[in-house]
Amino acid sequence: MFRGLWPVMRKEVIHIRRDPATRFIFAIPLLELLLFGYAIEMDVKNISTVVFNLDQQKESRELIKEFESTRYFRVTGQVYSDRDMESAIVSGRAKAGIKIPPDYSDRLVNGRQATVQVLIDGSDSTSALRLLQASQTLGFLKSLKKGGLTTEIAAVDVRPRLLFNPNLESANFFVPGLIGVILQLVTVFLTAFSIVRERERGTMEQLLVTPVSKEGLILGKLLPYCAIGFMQTGLVLLVMVLLFGVPIHGSVSLLLLLSGVFLIPALGMGIVISTFAHNQGEAMQAAMMVMLPSILLSGFVFPRESMPYFIYLLTFLIPATYYLEILRGIILRGAGWAALWDEAAILLGFGILFMVLSALRFKKRLG
Amino acid sequence: MEAMIRAEGLTKRFGDLLAVQDVSLEISRGDIFGFLGPNGSGKSTVIRMLCGLLQPTAGRAELDGLDVGAEAEEVKTRIGYMSQRFSLYEDLTVQENIDFYGAVYGLGSSELSERRRTVTELVGLEQRQGQMARTLSGGFKQRLALACSLLHRPRILFLDEPTAGIDPVARREIWDLLFRLAGEGTTLFVTTHYMDEAERCSEVGYIYQSRLMVRGRPQDLKQLPEVTPAGTQWFAVLCDEPMRALVLLRGLPGILDATIFGEAVHILARERTGKSAIEGFLRGEKMGYVDCRQVPPSLEDVFVSLTRRHRGGLEA
Repeated sequence: MFRGLWPVMRKEVIHIRRDPATRFIFAIPLLELLLFGYAIEMDVKNISTVVFNLDQQKESRELIKEFESTRYFRVTGQVYSDRDMESAIVSGRAKAGIKIPPDYSDRLVNGRQATVQVLIDGSDSTSALRLLQASQTLGFLKSLKKGGLTTEIAAVDVRPRLLFNPNLESANFFVPGLIGVILQLVTVFLTAFSIVRERERGTMEQLLVTPVSKEGLILGKLLPYCAIGFMQTGLVLLVMVLLFGVPIHGSVSLLLLLSGVFLIPALGMGIVISTFAHNQGEAMQAAMMVMLPSILLSGFVFPRESMPYFIYLLTFLIPATYYLEILRGIILRGAGWAALWDEAAILLGFGILFMVLSALRFKKRLG
Repeated sequence: MEAMIRAEGLTKRFGDLLAVQDVSLEISRGDIFGFLGPNGSGKSTVIRMLCGLLQPTAGRAELDGLDVGAEAEEVKTRIGYMSQRFSLYEDLTVQENIDFYGAVYGLGSSELSERRRTVTELVGLEQRQGQMARTLSGGFKQRLALACSLLHRPRILFLDEPTAGIDPVARREIWDLLFRLAGEGTTLFVTTHYMDEAERCSEVGYIYQSRLMVRGRPQDLKQLPEVTPAGTQWFAVLCDEPMRALVLLRGLPGILDATIFGEAVHILARERTGKSAIEGFLRGEKMGYVDCRQVPPSLEDVFVSLTRRHRGGLEA
């Protein structure tokens, strides 16, 4: 049944070793990891802010210091007219502007209500929301203090506590998800390409007249890429822990075991693609079609629960969705087998489906 | 004689295109069957159906007594196939390619090293075992492909244009090899465009517009009455200016066909246009040296005549 498995595997390993593209196999995940971990900083901090201070007295200078001490605002310049403030925001030099009217200090001293205008660039909704909250909270707390009161007077004291990721580091959220995306990227692309390439170069024709079995041929091609997938997972995990300081709260061996389960549907998709694609260009397009939903809809970047209902239903059809649950569950929340067995079962189901589909589609014939 | 290759009514349709139509064959053990025909006439499709790479739309094939459709995997252990394109791994060395195919055919390591030694010696690749297949010349690539297809001692060897695009010396060496294999009892099925190669085959078949038009031993085909109709004969005319002679002879009444063959002009003439008439005509055109002699038709003459008759038949 598995006739030819060994020789095909050995040959595939030689191809991988000699292929100049191989050196990117480990560079690409690392690059993506650094990009998502560092460059795409979703944490809102130190937003450039310009100040238009018409008051210039002690109270107004204190207020600006208080804005800065929230760590959301960072004063990058002073402006001296409404027009300058606006142009600073329109041009993108600043994302926020604080305008203090000339009578600010006087009104405060006289016990009257003072106004402060805060302009926020709303085009980046994530940052804008944080700045809005921060400025409102600042005003509220400052008002209480001025009246000699503390938050203890509040009738309801809400005390939220952030679990698992107390500092809201976005790396903690992205990096585990990235493992899933990278693992799928490599397995789907590489397996699809390695099979389509044989067809394109005519070597498949020669293989098909030999007594190599369908199963031996497919598995012999898959297993080396499985091994690469595991090595990449290990590498990304290592970098995650050492460089980004994201701890793994759960069991590493469970994580690796369930990664192995995820490889089955991922590699299966690669083979299914290879049975449809006639050349590497087509395989590339098909693989992209699989990758995009896996990146956008799996919850890698956007929370699935906030998607429109129809799209939300679609996310259940994407294997990466379940793997990301597993990754974040184990790494961030320390989840164990009891919490994750259903995701694993669904992945296995997808795996069997794709394997059956590819076995049906893959014929030991041409044309 | 036992038939090693038997095809009955093989037909292949790709959508609207009828690629192969009702091809029947019977080839005996140790024969070299030369399969000829223009590009696109269906040669490769026939080979692929015989090897089990393509499923025929109709008809069946038997190799070494086994049904190709029903016993495909067993058939594969008994045949070797060398496709038109170089279809080994360019990023593997000569030895790695050989070892890979040996292992796929299930040879154990001691048997493999013995067979590797035998086939590399046979095709003359002993000195190049460590060379990357990519860097081999066209002729050596063909030898490597041949070596790989011989590893498991196939009883039948299919070769799809094994000598296309390689130099004459390499071509000759490959044919010497094929004769040796046939002498050892391997049955060979070879497609080619070269008439001189066809002349060396024990039997040839000519496929034209997806139909097998004729099949037989070269010397028998030359006797076919369709090729030399009653009241006509073939001449080879040697002269100083064959191109001018060709044009002149085509204009001469009584000449049914004229074509260049090597250095001579081959003509099919009516009996009353004899040797002396042709020689006299050309001398009259101020051609110095003229030598006209009656010859049997070449295989090319056979195929051209048959094609022409077939076309004429279609038009009539």
